[in-house]
Amino acid sequence: MTTAAAIPLPEIKPKLSGDDRIMRGFILLVGVWMVIAVLLPLYFMLSKSFEDNDGNFIGLLNYAEYFSTPALFYSIENSFFIAVVSTVITITLAFIYAYALTRSLMPFRGAFKVIAMIPLLAPSLLPAISFVYFFGNQGVIKGVLMGETIYGPIGIIMGEVFYTLPHALMILVTALSTADGRLYEAAISLRAGKIKTFFTVTLPGIKYGLISAIFVVFTLVITDFGIPKVIGGQFNVLATDIYKQVIGQQNFEMGAVVSVVLLIPAIAAFLVDRIVQRKQVALLTARAVPLEPKKSRGFDTAMGIYCATIAFVILAIIGMAIYASLVTFWPYNLTLGFTNYDFDVMDGGGWESFGNSLRMAAYTAVFGTAIIFTGAYMVEKTKGFALARGAIQFLCILPMAVPGMVLGLAYIFFFNHPDNPLGMIYGTMVILVVVTISHFYTVSHLTALTALKQMDPEFEAVSASLKVPFFRTFLRVTVPVCLPAILDISIYLFVNAMTTVSAVIFLYSSDTNLASVAALNMDDAGDVAPAAAMSVMIVLASATVRILHAILTRGLARRLQAWRKR
Amino acid sequence: MNKGIAVVEMTAGAGIDGRKPYLRINNVTKKFGDFVALNRVSLDVYEGEFVCFLGPSGCGKTTLLRAIAGLDIQTSGTIEQAGKDISDLPASERDFGIVFQSYALFPNLTVNRNVAYGLENRKVSKADITARVEELLNLVGMPEQGQKYPAQLSGGQQQRVALARALATSPGLLLLDEPLSALDAKVRVRLRHEVKHLQHKLDVTTIMVTHDQEEALTMADRIVVMNQGVIEQVGTPLEIYRRPGSPFVADFVGTMNFLAATAIGNGKVRMGNIELSAGNDGANIGEGTPVTLCVRPEDVMTRNVEADTPNAFEVTVQDMEFLGSFYRADISPRDDEKTVFLADLSINLVRDKNIIKGMNLPVAFPESRIRVFSQT
Repeated sequence: MTTAAAIPLPEIKPKLSGDDRIMRGFILLVGVWMVIAVLLPLYFMLSKSFEDNDGNFIGLLNYAEYFSTPALFYSIENSFFIAVVSTVITITLAFIYAYALTRSLMPFRGAFKVIAMIPLLAPSLLPAISFVYFFGNQGVIKGVLMGETIYGPIGIIMGEVFYTLPHALMILVTALSTADGRLYEAAISLRAGKIKTFFTVTLPGIKYGLISAIFVVFTLVITDFGIPKVIGGQFNVLATDIYKQVIGQQNFEMGAVVSVVLLIPAIAAFLVDRIVQRKQVALLTARAVPLEPKKSRGFDTAMGIYCATIAFVILAIIGMAIYASLVTFWPYNLTLGFTNYDFDVMDGGGWESFGNSLRMAAYTAVFGTAIIFTGAYMVEKTKGFALARGAIQFLCILPMAVPGMVLGLAYIFFFNHPDNPLGMIYGTMVILVVVTISHFYTVSHLTALTALKQMDPEFEAVSASLKVPFFRTFLRVTVPVCLPAILDISIYLFVNAMTTVSAVIFLYSSDTNLASVAALNMDDAGDVAPAAAMSVMIVLASATVRILHAILTRGLARRLQAWRKR
Repeated sequence: MNKGIAVVEMTAGAGIDGRKPYLRINNVTKKFGDFVALNRVSLDVYEGEFVCFLGPSGCGKTTLLRAIAGLDIQTSGTIEQAGKDISDLPASERDFGIVFQSYALFPNLTVNRNVAYGLENRKVSKADITARVEELLNLVGMPEQGQKYPAQLSGGQQQRVALARALATSPGLLLLDEPLSALDAKVRVRLRHEVKHLQHKLDVTTIMVTHDQEEALTMADRIVVMNQGVIEQVGTPLEIYRRPGSPFVADFVGTMNFLAATAIGNGKVRMGNIELSAGNDGANIGEGTPVTLCVRPEDVMTRNVEADTPNAFEVTVQDMEFLGSFYRADISPRDDEKTVFLADLSINLVRDKNIIKGMNLPVAFPESRIRVFSQT
């Protein structure tokens, strides 16, 4: 026995099954996709920031120039100022709103929740256009600003709050609704006051959700391009600087430098958020008893009034955009009509751009969902291959940290490189679809992973024991069971593809103009009303698809109810 | 005590009915990084046998099962099934059916489709599949439930379906990974019986992983007790219970008194002032060695103990706990209150002798019921 123990036995090298090989092949494909669509472009951009106009390596000279040009580096301060102030306001407003939705019994909670989500359907420049009509030089209530101009930080912050509110709200509602009712009962039985309970039970319970919301909002604001572009006036921020350097001055190297500068806070916020999210998992226990809010007239009324006010403002902003789009000639001829919707007589791409957007969004939804869900499945379910899976998992999370403007510019450097054989997709619909899928990859990937993790991990083991190939189980069990998540991913991709400006602004061509970009360009050219009209069309398209999705999901839920509920 | 010898001895004694080994596990080691989950585990499982892997969580029992299934292949060592080396084969190229604690039924497929799942992929006609599914559902006691979805069934019913699905392709080996642990106590007891009955009827070689000793004792032909990645003992339920091969097994299976004593030669040990004969068990232990003396509460003899009964001594009843069909008493040797052990007193005895707390009475440790383990 002792002698036998001393001789090391030969290691078993597990043979791969056909399934293993196919799955590993898929993983490598996902890896190739991520390298081409994210990693290499970013690398090219990074190296561009160290080169001069002729492509010679010049070290940190570009950075030195950047930091010695006040007009440029003041934007850092501006960007941070806007991001911090917007974050504080958004989080405060969203927190009270989320608290009202989850912890009060005010009426119309469902309606309030839906209204607060409407901004998700609009391109970020829509609120900016509305604010021009409210507070601009010919605005209806410009007196409210007491002589201050809307073109600048005030307008940007207001626009950003509108744009980021639903994002913060979603996270905070989730955090607040996972409260454990037993803790509140304990607090009551220990005679803790309302305020003490709030600080000792409520706040610690949502700590991670709150931190996550703060960083998500911060990142959205600091990387946003549409709002500062439309309403920023002379107030420069990093995102608009990239645009100005690249489109205005054709200074690609400086554009790359600003991109790197913008990438740093985005990555920092992303890292903090990831660390926080990882900690959050342990918080939820299966035994928690959901908290049932109690009726309290005064509190419910106050919350109702608060939510009604916010909802009214949101609707007013959307309403103003719609109204502005229908007014013939503001403010002189207020007759309503559809002249502003006659996009074909205006610069910017006409109705064709709207059609392009629909097509682009549809392609993104279909191909993006297929790629992302299959990729997530492979990463989650492949056995062994740990190193490759870990690397690809990281690559799938990475796009979240990359601002759209940065990704778009990086695509120019990579795909427009004369030696790149993939350059043929430059200027086509394909590159727009690829950049949009990549830009919104992470959230979709995480949605897919969450759904996949809820599946019994032994399905694959059972299939293997029954000698059923994995793709059969994937198609017959995994996809049907995950269908709600798959639909969520596709709708998320569709709506974002409709509304996004940042990533595609550098990549559209005259044949592939997009509605959101057209709106931006029309606004730039002074055609503000048509820009509003195009924005309204985007909202309409997004809302229609959303409603279809809701109907489809409900129908699906009813059909699948048989195996979901007893 | 030499564990290696005990294992070999037990294995050799258990070649049931002269059957051939169906599964041969040889020196299987599984490492996760630096952690050794299985350390050179060897075991033969015979054709048609029902073997239970029993042990606390983290002992390696599930790791061993997953290695046998090819779901997590061992780091080294070999596994042979039906004379064929399957050590490096992926799960899909091995011959087994498996049932998990979570049932792992496909929620979007009916019971019929679940059971037919493994058949549809083979060249079996539709009519044959239907007939086979019906046969299997009858077999597991669930006729005419085929149109339901798993969520419409109780836990016990779901586990029956999972069993039917695992058996559908007539595998040579049935693997059960804690199949009853998620069920209610009553359903568990009933299913225990049914699974055992079914296994016997189909004569399919079966390995079940469990942490529930009662389950292992009632269902298994042989139990493999595992601890910290090694096999502690292999034997029939009776062997495991009556002659535990190590203090771990003695402690893990059933209730056991552990008493400090000293070997005094000639197979005898001394506990306090009391000299006890431990038969063969104490024979090989040198004089003066500290030992642990094991005796089960129900083996403490309390009736008909006379002055000439071997291993008899006087005790005091310290405390009595009423457990319905018997009393479990805390007992100390009469002049040694620090030594306390448990003994089961039947209701009859307590009534007849009017036993109460503080009372003295004679007891004996029957020589054949004592286990002695050297402490060194």
